[in-house]
Amino acid sequence: MNRYPLWKNLMIAVVLILGFLYTLPNFYGEVPAVQISAARSTVSVDDGVERRIDEALKAAGINPTGKLRDATGLRVRLSDVETQTRAKDLIEHTLNPDPQSPSFVVALNLLSASPEWLTRIGALPMYLGLDLRGGVHFMLEVDMDGAITKQLDVTASDFRSVMRDKRIRHGGVSRDGEQITTRLRSAEDRNAARDAITATRNDLQFQERNEGQDFLLLATLSQQARKQIQEDAIKQNIVTLHNRVNELGVAEPVIQQQGANRIVVQLPGIQDVSRAKDLIGRTATLEVRMVAENVNPMDPPAGVDTYPELRDGRELPVAVRKQVVLTGDRFVSAQSTFDNNQRPAVSVRLDAAGGNVMRQVTRDNIGKPMAIILFEKGKGEVISVANIQGEFGNQFQITGSFSTQDTNRLAILIRSGSLAAPMDIIEERTIGPSLGKDNIEKGFHSTAWGFAVIAVFMCIYYVGFGLISTLALAANLLLLIALLSLFQLTLTLPGIAAIALTLGMAIDANVLINERIREELRAGVSPQLAISEGYSRAFDTIFDSNLTTLIVGIALLAFGSGPVRGFAVVHCLGILTSIFSAVLISRMLSNFVYGYRRKIDSVSIGHIWKPAD
Amino acid sequence: MELFRIKKDIAFMRHAKVFNAISFATFLIAVAILFSKGLHLSVEFTGGTLMELQYTQAPSSLEPIRDTLTSQGLADSQVQTFGSTRDILIRVPNRTNQSSAAVSTTVFGAICESSRGAVRSVSYQGPQGEQLSHEACFDAGDKEIVNVKRVEFVGPQVGEELATDGAMALLVVILGIVAYLAVRFEWRFAVSTIVANLHDVVIILGFFSLFQWEFSLPVLAAVLAVLGYSVNESVVVFDRVRETLRNSRLRGMTIPQVLDHAITRTISRTIITHGSTQAMVLCMLFFGGPSLHYFAIALTIGICFGIYSSVLVAGPMAMWLGISREHFIKAAVKKDEAVV
Repeated sequence: MNRYPLWKNLMIAVVLILGFLYTLPNFYGEVPAVQISAARSTVSVDDGVERRIDEALKAAGINPTGKLRDATGLRVRLSDVETQTRAKDLIEHTLNPDPQSPSFVVALNLLSASPEWLTRIGALPMYLGLDLRGGVHFMLEVDMDGAITKQLDVTASDFRSVMRDKRIRHGGVSRDGEQITTRLRSAEDRNAARDAITATRNDLQFQERNEGQDFLLLATLSQQARKQIQEDAIKQNIVTLHNRVNELGVAEPVIQQQGANRIVVQLPGIQDVSRAKDLIGRTATLEVRMVAENVNPMDPPAGVDTYPELRDGRELPVAVRKQVVLTGDRFVSAQSTFDNNQRPAVSVRLDAAGGNVMRQVTRDNIGKPMAIILFEKGKGEVISVANIQGEFGNQFQITGSFSTQDTNRLAILIRSGSLAAPMDIIEERTIGPSLGKDNIEKGFHSTAWGFAVIAVFMCIYYVGFGLISTLALAANLLLLIALLSLFQLTLTLPGIAAIALTLGMAIDANVLINERIREELRAGVSPQLAISEGYSRAFDTIFDSNLTTLIVGIALLAFGSGPVRGFAVVHCLGILTSIFSAVLISRMLSNFVYGYRRKIDSVSIGHIWKPAD
Repeated sequence: MELFRIKKDIAFMRHAKVFNAISFATFLIAVAILFSKGLHLSVEFTGGTLMELQYTQAPSSLEPIRDTLTSQGLADSQVQTFGSTRDILIRVPNRTNQSSAAVSTTVFGAICESSRGAVRSVSYQGPQGEQLSHEACFDAGDKEIVNVKRVEFVGPQVGEELATDGAMALLVVILGIVAYLAVRFEWRFAVSTIVANLHDVVIILGFFSLFQWEFSLPVLAAVLAVLGYSVNESVVVFDRVRETLRNSRLRGMTIPQVLDHAITRTISRTIITHGSTQAMVLCMLFFGGPSLHYFAIALTIGICFGIYSSVLVAGPMAMWLGISREHFIKAAVKKDEAVV
């Protein structure tokens, strides 16, 4: 009765072997590597790049010990830290001839030292969370109202150009709250305007109203359009954040959407918080507008805004039209260069739509000044005022009284892109690298000591079955780590605590089984039957008690965030592995010991005391 | 080796009133403490900035740091040592009128300036070759005075959310467990189990309130884990109760006798399991360092009290709620019919 069919033994054996394979990479440790990833969306780390790197390394006599290419880029494994530094400089030099505008991010990183065949079957070491490896974590919240307002401003400006194209005379387009009001002279004009606008876009809802002499056309965004804008806003902000983070040269940045309006940014290894925060938290958006001429900036009339410009250390007010020509999301690239007269300039490229708008505006306004305004935290600052010297499209230069420093800064500002909507940092966690190491060590020690104490106790108290329980517990730990490695779940300090706690709780199942067997033996049942009864009777209890614990785990998973989630994931997985190991593995082991003997005189489960009747 | 040599069933139920009186008293004390002192919530719940700074040389007193914070208009901040005298913990509450995300940078800058240093970020290669960088304050001779070990900033909106999510998690756990036990056993068991175990939760909170230990998210996770763990205990006992009630040979037993029997039969398992888990948790407390300290404390207290309440409080309560043999015999008969 205490024998498993062959398939069951085989299944357990296969699970254990797989568990061992996927746990294995964790023991190899890590070796120095250089990571190469694309800094811009226009380039990618392809075969050509790989070949260039190979050739450069070969020429310098550096032999990489391995290479790994994945979605994030290429990682070159090197034998020691010294070669790593040399290789990094070399690759940097080869791939980014112009350090001003790097195409690739070349960063120092670590790579698992596990053999390649393990990597090929997807066996990777556990993915450590920031609290274990050190780094910065930010959570940003996107201001969705801001995204809508911005979109409406652009829409209002679209209205003007559509009506100009169709030669419809209007008495002004303005945005109040979330509504765009267009004033027209007659009902015919209004119909014409409405038709012209609906021909270009279909995400607006219209209302008509008359006010005195004016025929008003009121436009609001449809519910669907609002949703679309919000989705686009968060997507664009993520792209922009990617560009900005690339400027930091972090090896493995994580940028993810969380919920409807939040973005999580994680930068492992980096603790240069102020720079990171400066780049990420910069809520700057760029706008190009025409300068309003012959207007007193101190007392701007309707349709004109005033923003300060810093020139020679003084703030000068500049009057600009409310109408937005372009927003920063139309900029594709920006580089600091020199113009024909060897003056510092910024060369800019726009996307196709931006180029069209620019061509039209510049054609109509040759010789007139245009301003680039940087909005940060709701405040605008004019960063450049330049005269339009001719009609141009999607490629042009911004010149002015710039120093090279100014042009560099301006180029970075434009390049790092514009956010579709302002963002706020609502959560920040910074963990120093030393603290991370410390956390791993302490978490590991507490688990190891706890395991040792339990193992020693079980072996003394239950002797043979204690050893079986300990082996089952070890298998539990193995499977748990294998699952964590296989799914590449982030292991955090609370996760390590959960491993320890799960082991402490998992022993419960074995204690239940062992106590049951003892009880049966005490009642005078034959040893074989006692083992079989012990396991089967304990199973119900084990199942019920683990299920209640699982309910807790799932609730924590559903409602937990940050550290609680890290705990909950491991806790839930641990419950599953502990049922498997306590019930199946320990049973298999005891079957091997007792199941194949014809007659057993005693079971090695410690002394069984029977009450003297 | 056998630790528990119990000849007869121990008459736990005879002392049921005493057990429940003790629990009730501890429960009341815990509630009273909670109401009078409240919980010392971590920045995760309150929102705010927490900074852990590490000095190269332990500062002789914390006063200069406090003065610096006051001069920055952050007089309501707390400064304390953390772990060692070289490690300083600073807590700055959120305020409405200024951008909170910048607080840590401002504070570190001011502290650095007050010790006549300059903040600089250093990039270097880790021992294994990883790229690392950290922010530190250097004196004129380019020696590191103090560095930032850890910063946690939680905006007000997040803090509130975490508190609601925590409460939701607790609610779902309670409902989930009650529902499961009600289906699998009987509603009387479910109710007595959850009441007994919630009383553990209140006692843990009482300890945290009494000693003003910091109540953080990991502690919340620990509290909920303890809840699951203690329920586990009650389930083991009630499982035995059910088995005994269904056992036709033991039909002569009264309900209190059945409970006594079930508790006695499982007591050695209860104590051994608790001992093992407690050993693990104590290792965490001793070797886990400051980061796991309060997490381990919550578990330690919870496991200590759990052993008592899940067995000795849940049992009598189920008895008073009026469990009877019929509740289970019927269920058993139904089950058999279903099989046929």
